[in-house]
Amino acid sequence: MSVEAREARQPWILLSPALGAVLFLLIIPLMFIVVYSFWLRSAMSADQVGFYLDNWQKALSDRFYRDILLNTLKIAAITTLICGLMGYPAAYFIARSKGNKMILLLLLMLPFWISYIIRTMSWINILGTSGALNTLLMTLGIIGEPMQMLYNEATVILGLVHFLLPFMVLNVYVSLEGIDTNLEDAATSLGATRWEAFTQVTLPLSLPGLAAGGLLCFVLGAGTYITPVILGGPTDAMFANLVFEAIITQLNWPLGSALSLLLLAVLGVLVAIYNRYLGMAQLAKGLG
Amino acid sequence: MSAVTLQDIVKRFGSFTAVHRTTLEIPEGAFVTLLGPSGCGKTTNLRMIAGLLDPSEGEILIGGKRVNDVPIHKRNLGLVFQNYALFPHKTVAENVAFGLKYRDVPKSEIPAKVQAALELVQLPNVGDRYPKELSGGQQQRIALARAIVIEPDVLLLDEPLSALDANLREDMRVELKRIQERIGVTTVFVTHDQSEALAMSDLIVVMSEGRVEQVGKPEEVYNTPASEFVANFLGASNITEAKCIEHGASVVVEDATFGRVTVPAAKAPNLTGQGPAKLVVRAEKLLLSKTQASEGVISVPATVETVDYQGQAVRYFVRAGEAQLQAINMIDERPFAAGDAVHLHLRPQDCAALPG
Repeated sequence: MSVEAREARQPWILLSPALGAVLFLLIIPLMFIVVYSFWLRSAMSADQVGFYLDNWQKALSDRFYRDILLNTLKIAAITTLICGLMGYPAAYFIARSKGNKMILLLLLMLPFWISYIIRTMSWINILGTSGALNTLLMTLGIIGEPMQMLYNEATVILGLVHFLLPFMVLNVYVSLEGIDTNLEDAATSLGATRWEAFTQVTLPLSLPGLAAGGLLCFVLGAGTYITPVILGGPTDAMFANLVFEAIITQLNWPLGSALSLLLLAVLGVLVAIYNRYLGMAQLAKGLG
Repeated sequence: MSAVTLQDIVKRFGSFTAVHRTTLEIPEGAFVTLLGPSGCGKTTNLRMIAGLLDPSEGEILIGGKRVNDVPIHKRNLGLVFQNYALFPHKTVAENVAFGLKYRDVPKSEIPAKVQAALELVQLPNVGDRYPKELSGGQQQRIALARAIVIEPDVLLLDEPLSALDANLREDMRVELKRIQERIGVTTVFVTHDQSEALAMSDLIVVMSEGRVEQVGKPEEVYNTPASEFVANFLGASNITEAKCIEHGASVVVEDATFGRVTVPAAKAPNLTGQGPAKLVVRAEKLLLSKTQASEGVISVPATVETVDYQGQAVRYFVRAGEAQLQAINMIDERPFAAGDAVHLHLRPQDCAALPG
């Protein structure tokens, strides 16, 4: 074999385990889901194999599904906005701090050492009727009766922000780290105040990081299943809960498949828009 | 009047003193270089003038006014960095126009001013390009244009040529000096490169370990170093232990290698009287020859030990008695070879003397 042919083969040899995993664990199962979505659930017998559009028709036309999809996107959008507003200053602080940067980054990663479910459930101990906050307020005599703070949309968003904030901070941090601090000094020497230097130079240059963090928060937030189950009320179901309901509770695999592909398509469009304007390379930077 | 005055400036970082008590006058319109190795405090001084650092003690005056409490964006200074620090998301024209937005320049006049600045740095046609589309040298010209378009009171240059490669650096050196002379702006230039300092400066401030070692014109600091550090930092010098045996109208020092040397009094300004002294012989003033010297020139027999051939010049390490000396000579045909027996010629008036 020629040297060129050997060199051309090498990347594929190195990539093959990962490609194999993606193919057998993601692509092929996804193909099954696609196929399932065209089958038909029958109440009495086995699912009918074939090419039926009933599930898709239901998923796309039923108001119930549409409302929950829109609500899911709304919750994801609000969560992303809050993460951006809270995460940017934190990332800026870490990026500009001297010396203890590593400790701050470690603290940022610390929550990942605890299961996401445990972290989400911890809010019950804080906000529940006999939780820390109610106990404190009652001890201080500010309220007489425990307040019902849990199981609404706000607590779902709170739980999502708690979960997703580190992703935002990390992405913004990485983009801020890549900006030469001399740029702000140059801007101030030319007459800009510190704030003007930030808005004119640092902020625009860090937008790719903010967008990457935003995309991650949005996609992870819109696909969440656990948070509304633990912290949401009966009316706060998000789209992933519908998929769970259809497949696990109703054993309606064809409908569940169509619903999950619908969510995948909506989020896929968002990723495609992001990729069109900013490119996936920025996302890889933030994750790496 | 001085454009910039540092009055009893001290700068400490925690327990480390970066700049020891320093007083420095930078004359109006002059090109002043802060020269020294890394960590000597030159950049710290520059950043204090710029307002990027606050002095721990002392006062900074610009144009006669105390600016300690004036923030950087109100000091009206032009600042150029080693890594250019151009705004990558703005075009060249937007970069140059950046400072004008914060001044009382009518919007309609901005394009003309930007164009004039680009012409001054000889890049009139790159206004709508982005910095990354330009070479390093071009980017540094744009950074310079951005700094001078605001007509700063003082231009501060922090190692602006260090990121460029050797040939380009020498071209930019000439270019930078031309522009500075053209607009006549007071300039403070920070470098660790002695040849840049010697080529460009009206005044050189040699610094070491947070202290000013010498302030003088290039030929003064070069020919009459005020300390051993300056003698070693600017070019290569041979410094030998000597004794001053006559200190009057002329200064006579005696050392083991060259014997009695009559040094011009002007080249031994810090020598106060007889006693221990140091003789400074620049490497390029020590000439190797096959023959004895003529009258009035010191001649010492020596052996060539190492030959460092550099093309137009050659650096020899020679042994004369106990001493190993360095000599840099222009090449006349072929260099001497290691092992050759030679005579070292030295004119006494080329020597300098320092206190021992």
